[in-house]
Amino acid sequence: MNLAKKSTKVRLSKAVKKVLFWLAILFLLFCVLAPFYWMVVSSISYQAELALRPPHWFPEEVTFSRYQQIFEGFRTGFADNSPAAKFTRGLSNSFTVAGLTTLICMVAGCMAAFALTRLGIPHGRTLMMIILGSQMLPAIVIIIPINLLLQKYHMIDTIQGLVLPYCGLMLPTVTWIMYGYFLSIPREMEEAAMIDGCTKLQSFLKVVLPVSGPGLVAVTAYTFLYSWNEFFMALTLTQTNTKTITVTITEFASLFGTDYGLLATGGVIGSIPPLIVAFLLQRYLVAGLTAGSVKG
Amino acid sequence: MTLRIREKRHSMSHIKRENLRLAIIMLAPIFVILMAVSVYPLIRSFDISLRLYNLTKPGLGTPYIGLENYRFVLTDARFWQSVKVTAVFVVISVTFVIVLSTAIALLLNCEFRGRGIVRALMLVPWAIPNVANGLMWLWILNPSYGALNGLLSQLGLIDHYIVWLGDKRLALIMVILAEAWKETPFIMLMILAALQSIPKEMYEAAQVDGSRYFQTLFKITLPMIRPTLFVAITLRTIWAIKSFDLIYTLTSGGPDNATSTIGYYTYLRSFISMNLGRGSAAAWLMTLVMIGLTVLYQRALYMEE
Repeated sequence: MNLAKKSTKVRLSKAVKKVLFWLAILFLLFCVLAPFYWMVVSSISYQAELALRPPHWFPEEVTFSRYQQIFEGFRTGFADNSPAAKFTRGLSNSFTVAGLTTLICMVAGCMAAFALTRLGIPHGRTLMMIILGSQMLPAIVIIIPINLLLQKYHMIDTIQGLVLPYCGLMLPTVTWIMYGYFLSIPREMEEAAMIDGCTKLQSFLKVVLPVSGPGLVAVTAYTFLYSWNEFFMALTLTQTNTKTITVTITEFASLFGTDYGLLATGGVIGSIPPLIVAFLLQRYLVAGLTAGSVKG
Repeated sequence: MTLRIREKRHSMSHIKRENLRLAIIMLAPIFVILMAVSVYPLIRSFDISLRLYNLTKPGLGTPYIGLENYRFVLTDARFWQSVKVTAVFVVISVTFVIVLSTAIALLLNCEFRGRGIVRALMLVPWAIPNVANGLMWLWILNPSYGALNGLLSQLGLIDHYIVWLGDKRLALIMVILAEAWKETPFIMLMILAALQSIPKEMYEAAQVDGSRYFQTLFKITLPMIRPTLFVAITLRTIWAIKSFDLIYTLTSGGPDNATSTIGYYTYLRSFISMNLGRGSAAAWLMTLVMIGLTVLYQRALYMEE
């Protein structure tokens, strides 16, 4: 009797624990997703519904007119100065800048990581640490000289004038992650290839690089995400032609300060590319990024 | 025999020379890029910080004026105000994010159905741009139609709509919350990875001892992930000091400079006041503080070990 009582008590407390656990998970999901949900809903709600107190959490009617308005820019081209054209120009600039930055960082980062891990350079690790140290520099320290330098060479407000500083920002991390990755690949594989007559470089390209796939994917995603999301340098180094999406949507805030539906639409569109990258590659991204920081 | 050894040695040094050439070629791109956009600007920025460099008064030229810019910044009331704001912001924000990340990581370290999905959804805040995050919260915190006011009044927690970003203290809290929403996931994933690398036997041993949950937490789990926690605290501190995007979009440093951190102050001095000398001096002071803190953290980590 007593024993049975005790066991139901144990079971009950286990059930309570389970309920509490799932409540915690639900609360966590609510906190993580609700703000973003609200931005998406605001972008497709009619202004009248947004101005209610309290607002309709689930809109009665939805409209995609704001998205149409913004993407109008693709039809009218980039020539005119309508907000829609500015927005599409921002998107296109962001794609170009983030794409180029990613490409350059991948190539230069892999080259450097290869040299530091495979060519027996004395003090390779120290060199890596120095490169990584430059990552710590706040952008605000170097932004003024970069600005003056770009002005001197007429590169302010050009794509390359933004891509270069971005590479400076991202390259240390890219190199660091690839450095860790290459070190974890056993050398026996390359040595076998070299016995077969491959040079160091050939064995690297044919053996090491192909098995580094997951690391490469993680670094590509990381670089793309960060260059897409970067704001401070874009704000100070672009003027009219090369404003990226992050700069464009903040300008929206001052232009259409009261039209929160339109602001939300800008926020959602600016968030979609990084979200797609993050979700498609999340497995690699999490493994690649956390590996570096946990080891370090 | 000797001949063969010499031959071998010769060929080895040959490979090394070959390697050296290859190494130079391989390191050339990163060297050029970092020289142009990191090293040179760093040196130049120190140089500018020692000059009179005021873009609004080009007639004065850019002569050296010693430490005058540093003196100006260090006696500027707004600078000290921003140091105070930064200190409060960093301490609260770092503590909050680290504790929250650890708690969530412990929660997600339990095995349950759908864990993969929950973990993937945690990437949403991390992936979206800072400025989108800022605009999102600007709308949520809107004093007239904002979702937070709506929700809290619906729940009966407030009886009138609150101007969240109008009050000095409240505005700083809101910036910290918005920052935490975005920054917690990454730190959480870092800690989660560390938690998952703890060998299971450790826990089994504790179970045999009959340790309770919190005993296990403080005696095994947290000590095991301490190095990661230190990395997380260091990274969070550096990022919090640098924090700019969110403040720019959410409060522009207001109200009454209550959320103007050092990063924002430096931006104002350089790009709004157009005084590059003073801006550079402020930026250097900020960097020194960051380096100092990092060294301090490293010391703390090694001292305890």
